[in-house]
Parts: sequence; structure tokens; C-alpha cells
Amino acid sequence: MAAITLPSDPVDLVTPPGLLSAAPLIEAKNVELFYGSSRALKGIDITIKEKLVTAFIGPSGCGKSTFLRCFNRMNDLIDNVRITGQCLIGGEDIYAKDVDVIELRKRVGMVFQRSNPFPKSIYDNIAYGLRLHGTKDKSEIDGVVESSLRGAALWDEVKDRLHSSALGLSGGQQQRLCIARAIAIRPEIILMDEPASALDPLATVKIEELILELKKEFTIVIVTHNMQQATRISDYTAFFYIGELIEYDLTTKIFTNPAKKQTEDYVTGRFG
Amino acid sequence: MSTPIPPAASLRRFDRKRPDIASGLFTGLTGLATFGILAILAAILCNILYHGLPGLSWRFVSTIPRKDMFEPESAAVLSMIVGTSIRVMIMTIFVIPIGVITAVYLTEYAASGSIHTRIIRVAIANLAGVPSIVFGLFGLGFFINFIGKNLDQLTHQSGPLFGKPTVLWASLTLAVMTMPVVIVATEEALKAIPPGLREASLALGATKLETILKIVLPNALPGILTGAILAISRAAGEVAPILFTGVAYYMADLPSKLTDQFMDLGYHAFVLSTQSDNIEKTRPILYATVLVLLMLTFSLNAIGIIVRARIRKAMRAGH
Repeated sequence: MAAITLPSDPVDLVTPPGLLSAAPLIEAKNVELFYGSSRALKGIDITIKEKLVTAFIGPSGCGKSTFLRCFNRMNDLIDNVRITGQCLIGGEDIYAKDVDVIELRKRVGMVFQRSNPFPKSIYDNIAYGLRLHGTKDKSEIDGVVESSLRGAALWDEVKDRLHSSALGLSGGQQQRLCIARAIAIRPEIILMDEPASALDPLATVKIEELILELKKEFTIVIVTHNMQQATRISDYTAFFYIGELIEYDLTTKIFTNPAKKQTEDYVTGRFG
Repeated sequence: MSTPIPPAASLRRFDRKRPDIASGLFTGLTGLATFGILAILAAILCNILYHGLPGLSWRFVSTIPRKDMFEPESAAVLSMIVGTSIRVMIMTIFVIPIGVITAVYLTEYAASGSIHTRIIRVAIANLAGVPSIVFGLFGLGFFINFIGKNLDQLTHQSGPLFGKPTVLWASLTLAVMTMPVVIVATEEALKAIPPGLREASLALGATKLETILKIVLPNALPGILTGAILAISRAAGEVAPILFTGVAYYMADLPSKLTDQFMDLGYHAFVLSTQSDNIEKTRPILYATVLVLLMLTFSLNAIGIIVRARIRKAMRAGH
């Protein structure tokens, strides 16, 4: 097997016990997604565990982002999309008829590829979600703004200009603001769709450190094109290829000893 | 061993085999066209200023005409300034909300490309192409004869109250006429908002309505104001739509109710140029009236532009 580059020596191939014993939080059962008549996701089964980082990798167009967006039902916004199978979060089918999408999205936050702060002040960006969900008390909002910005490792950089425009921040700061905005409404799960792909290496390092910090409180599912990133931050990795989940295992396993030939070819850079 | 680099082809102009005449010609043509437009505008403005300024006085713009409107000593246009301003303001109050709501429906709710959306779009495009006199006749037929007369009957009026030309019907007719401008400008503004902002709001658990009201519309506000400015510019100088729907040849008092008729600057210019028995004597008044109309239109626009600039500035500052 060809040697693959890991950031540090893979000395620790003994799995930390926490990874195996973590409780399942998200379960997909035979999920299929159709754009009109074309099938973009083919019978995906996966169980994602609580308070871990799970990475989705695979070549462009393999369906990993589409699958990610099933968990907060962002695919509902696209015309002609049909989803079959079951998607459970904490045992509840999120596609059941009586599910309130608003409640779901409060529980499942999202950070997008391109940072998308609202053209409002830094403070109002974070307060937006809180006000939506009925928080009116100013001191309470102040508190959450501070704790969210601290949680997103942004507080020290912006505490003196909370009321200036978020658009004046750098790309990396904007993305951390988007993370702060997502955690402000205390979701259980944070979905991240290539959150660092538009950032420079230093800003990327900050986001990665942040993700490792956030997993103490949140379950994180991250789509990434950057395989080093997946090895650095994720506990589990799922490899997707043309709408199928090819392999899903501990990240160390996927990158050192994958079971499938396709996975090995991809993680060693032979295709994709 | 290195291969010798071939000598680069000369970049100098005269080595080119084909002199680029077409490009030079086209540059000249575009410049000429631009200059032509500016020259025509300048000529019109200079002409009006030159002939209009002498007739302009404080008395002229601040007096209600009581005696002979064709006589330079007694001519005055306060009633017309008030009438034109009122009809433009009432029009704006109606056209902006209706136009914005229509644009929101078309861009945010209607299935794009469906038959009925396409029909609505074609209808809007055609509405923009209808001659203004047709709007005037429509206003007479629809607002006065249909809605107005029926309102009178329903409310048991002794004489016609709504079933006659009024400033309300004239303003509504203008609102119908300028609707396409507002719809198209708003649609462009809505489309220009990055989809990422909508997604961000929805992903935080906002409903579609909350997203539109709190994120989409506030950010589209400058574009909506552009629509308003265009609508005001178009409407302020229009005479045909108000001809049958509300304008009066002469009124002794300023309009005080929505059911009053009104005097109008554009219509007054028409009156001065067609009804005078001594056109030479009336001409300075005519020029002064037109100058006042232009100044009014410009100042209404200026208000819109200043408000828009302030909103843009506030948005950049993050409020």
C-alpha cells in the first residue's frame, strides 16, 4: 500500500475509547434523493455519533453536500427535489409530516462554504437568530453575543466594534462570525459545508482549531475537499462517490487502512 | 542545452498588417452619440432657463392664481405646484407597496418559468408599453365610471362625489401607469441579493416570510427607491393620464380632499400654449411654468436620491 501523508505519525492507531462508545445522534436509513428523475443519492445508510466530528469526503459532485443538506432540510428549498428513506435525529424522523422545519433548523445549525454574514452589524448578525426565536431581553442578548463570539474565538478581535458592519471583517473573521451566529441559538448539531475552502491557510488553521473546540459541546458534520483537514479534525470519515456512500469508518482507518479499493485510490490521490 | 527562444513578434503598432479602423470608428461613434444626448439635454435646459428665469418670481410661485392666468402680472402657479406634488405623492403611496408586493411574489413565491408567471411578466412588459393617453381613458372608464359611480350609489350620494374626476383617481391612474417601472426595479434589486443571505437566514430557523421581511427587503431598499425615483420622474410630467381623471382648468382654492380636482403644472403648460389669445404675451409665463415643473421634478428626485444615499451609507455602516 502506498504511503500516505498524515500530519503526525499515526502512532495512535489504538482508537480512543470515546469514539466507539459515543451515542448515535443522526441516523440515515436508505436515503435516496432525486433531482427530478435523476438520482443524486443512492440508498445511503449512516449513523453519526454525538459530540464527534464526522467528515464527508469525495470528489466534486459525489453528493456529499447534498446529503449534508438533508439533515436540516435545506434541500426543501429546491424545486423538484424528492427524498425517500428515513433520516432520524435523536430517534425522530425529520421528514415526518408533523415535523416543524423551524424547530429542526434551530437544532441543526449550518455554516456555508462562502461566509454569508448579513449586511448588519456584528452584534445584529448574532442577535438575529435569538430575536427570531423570541429573545427580547437586551442583557440576555448581550450575554449570548459575547459567549457566542468567545465560542467562535472572535471576541477579542471584535469586542471594540460590535456595532460596526460585519462586512468590514476579513474572510476568516466573517466565517467565524457565521459560526458564532450558528452557535448562538444553541443547536445540537452543526453542519459545515466546506467552511474553510475559501480561506487562506492561517484562517483555515483557526477554523480547524475552533472545530476541535466546538466538538466538546456540539456534534459536527463537515464536508471537506481537503483530506489533510479531514485527518486533522475528524473522528469519523465517510467517503462518497457518485451518490453512494462507499466507506464509512474511523478517520484513522479510512486514511491508513481503508477496506475498499476506491477509498484507497481517492485518499492516496490517485483519482478525484 | 537550451533551445533558443524565438524572437518575439513586434508589438509595435505599425507592424500590424491590418490597421484597426473599425475599432477607432466605433469608439468615435459611441463618443459622438453620448455627446449628442448631452448636447440635446443642455440645449433644452439652457433654452428653458434663458426664457423661463425672467418670468420667475416669488410672487409667481407663492400665489394662488385669482385673476387672468394669461396675464404676466397676475399669472401664478402655487395651485399647480401643490396639485402636481399631491398627485405624485398619492401615486407613490399606492404604487410602491403594490409594486413591491408584486415583485416579491414574482421573485420569491411564483414558480419561475411556469405559464402563469410568464403571462404576468408579459402583461407587465406590455403595460409599460401602453401609451399614456390610454391610461387616461382607462382611468376614466374604470376608476370614475365604474368604481366611482358604484361607490356613489352604494353610499347614496346626492351628487357625484367619487363618480367624477378627482385627485385620487388621477393619482391611481398614474400608479397603474408607473407600476411596471417599480416592479421591474424591485425585481432586479431582489435578484441581486446573494442567495447565501437567504440560506443563512433560513438555516437559522427563520421562516420564508421572516427572511423576506428582515433580510431581503431591507437590502433591496435602495433598488426599490430607484424604482420610486423612476416612477416619480415619469409621472410628474405626464399630462395625458390625468386629463380625464382629475385635472382642472381652473380652481379658486387648493385641493383639500381626495375627492377634489386639482390644477397641474404640465396641464397648465398645455393650457398656456393652446388657450392664449396672445401667445407672445403668454410665452414668458409658459417658460416659467415649465421651469417650475422641471425644478419640482428634480427636487422630488433629489429627495429620493438623498434618502437612497443615506440608506446605502447606513447599510455599509452596519445598521
